[in-house]
Amino acid sequence: MLDHVRQGTRLGWTICVSVTLTVMLLQIGTAVAQSADTSEKEIERYRAMISDPFSNPGYLNVDRGELLWKQAAGTKKVSLETCDLGIGPGKLEGASAAMPRHFADAGRVMDLEQRLLWCMENIQGADTKDVIKRRFSGPGVSSDMEDLVAFISNKSSGLKISLRNDHPKEQEMLAVGEAMFFRRSSISDFSCATCHAEEGKRIRLQGLPNLSKPGKQAQETMGSWPTYRVSQSQLRTMQHRLWDCYRQMRMPAPDYASDGITALTLYLNTQAAGAEINVPSIKR
Amino acid sequence: MKRFSTLLRVTTLATLLGTALTLATAAQQAAKVDPKIVDAYIKGTWKSPPEGWQVRIDQDETQRVCSAYRNDPPTAEFEKIRARELATVVFPADGTVLGDWKAGERVAQTGVGGQFSDAPGTVAGGNCYACHQMAKAELSYGTLGPSLLEYGKIRKFDAAESKQAYAKIFNAQSVQPCSNMPRFGYHKFLTEQQMKDVTAYLMSPDSPVNK
Repeated sequence: MLDHVRQGTRLGWTICVSVTLTVMLLQIGTAVAQSADTSEKEIERYRAMISDPFSNPGYLNVDRGELLWKQAAGTKKVSLETCDLGIGPGKLEGASAAMPRHFADAGRVMDLEQRLLWCMENIQGADTKDVIKRRFSGPGVSSDMEDLVAFISNKSSGLKISLRNDHPKEQEMLAVGEAMFFRRSSISDFSCATCHAEEGKRIRLQGLPNLSKPGKQAQETMGSWPTYRVSQSQLRTMQHRLWDCYRQMRMPAPDYASDGITALTLYLNTQAAGAEINVPSIKR
Repeated sequence: MKRFSTLLRVTTLATLLGTALTLATAAQQAAKVDPKIVDAYIKGTWKSPPEGWQVRIDQDETQRVCSAYRNDPPTAEFEKIRARELATVVFPADGTVLGDWKAGERVAQTGVGGQFSDAPGTVAGGNCYACHQMAKAELSYGTLGPSLLEYGKIRKFDAAESKQAYAKIFNAQSVQPCSNMPRFGYHKFLTEQQMKDVTAYLMSPDSPVNK
């Protein structure tokens, strides 16, 4: 009952915020016509205004993720609470800040989503087919993975991205991730670097972070995922972000939770070393 | 005793330097990962692409060389790419490279086509505005490519320049090897008519690009 009241209150907030957002977006639309600089500032201002736990709808995913984390499921009817995300069973604070990382029990480098699937299969004895089918939420379809990632990543908010990269497999992933970042292909001849290897560039009016070198832009980008996407009304994870990049690059859809995506994430998080994490964030 | 300790320190320092050098070499080697390992990751990331899409995953020789040199190939490779790409350029059979600039503007504005999210039969656009400034009135333009404002006017609406513009749209790398610009004609991303229309959008005196 109390949970319902709480959720109702949160939903009320969300509707209220949505209306405010629409009005603000219209105002921003006018600003865009003025100049790119003004629009950047306006978007930044609006982002700052709504980026708090009571107005960012991404925190609904955090709440749902907490319930999913604690819920018994699978053939073994146990929760995920003994899942080891790299710093000990059930330890969440700082776990996602050090991922992707090598897991000795699995003998693989995994990002958070791969690791959660591994825990569902190995600890809960769960069939992950349905969870994978709902990997990205949409109208009327919620995603357990997005919710779990929101909840777990939020536990690293305020901490800094710090990958060890001392296992040979982590070093391999780093090198492969870098090679993939610069790998041109498809009918557009694009690579990640086509859009993300120079400072101050933009597509239409959208500013592009330079992710080809370590530093502030990589930090600000990687420190703000997962994010609540206002234009999609959904929380999105790095898996979705890279899937969407490959869509725009005219590549086929990359397989969910595949090693190539983890290699790219590991490379990007390495570029973003020291980034302060503030998630879920909110973006256009 | 004291001398021995100094010797020890020097030895330690040398060992440390040696280790540092080894580490630096290891880092360089890590950056140059065996292409076979990268290929294995690529294969594992796109296990069963839709029919006809595998070709998008595999690199052609130009993509491979440009990726390996991060778009800055040595002179010999640069010339090889230019020659290879130039050989792919097909000019319109009717001898004219100028189409309808109004249709060209639509091609320049349209960003869909070729994505796995596009409905079958979606007419692809060139999405020129994503990267280039073109007509003065359009403020929503990207900056990844150079500004094309007054493109034809600057070139005095010269017929040879029109042909050159068409060739650049057909295959940018026939002009500038490892250019970031997609090879629209080479990949059959745009039709011949669409490329003619975009050429007219750039080169026609009536086009807003030149106003």
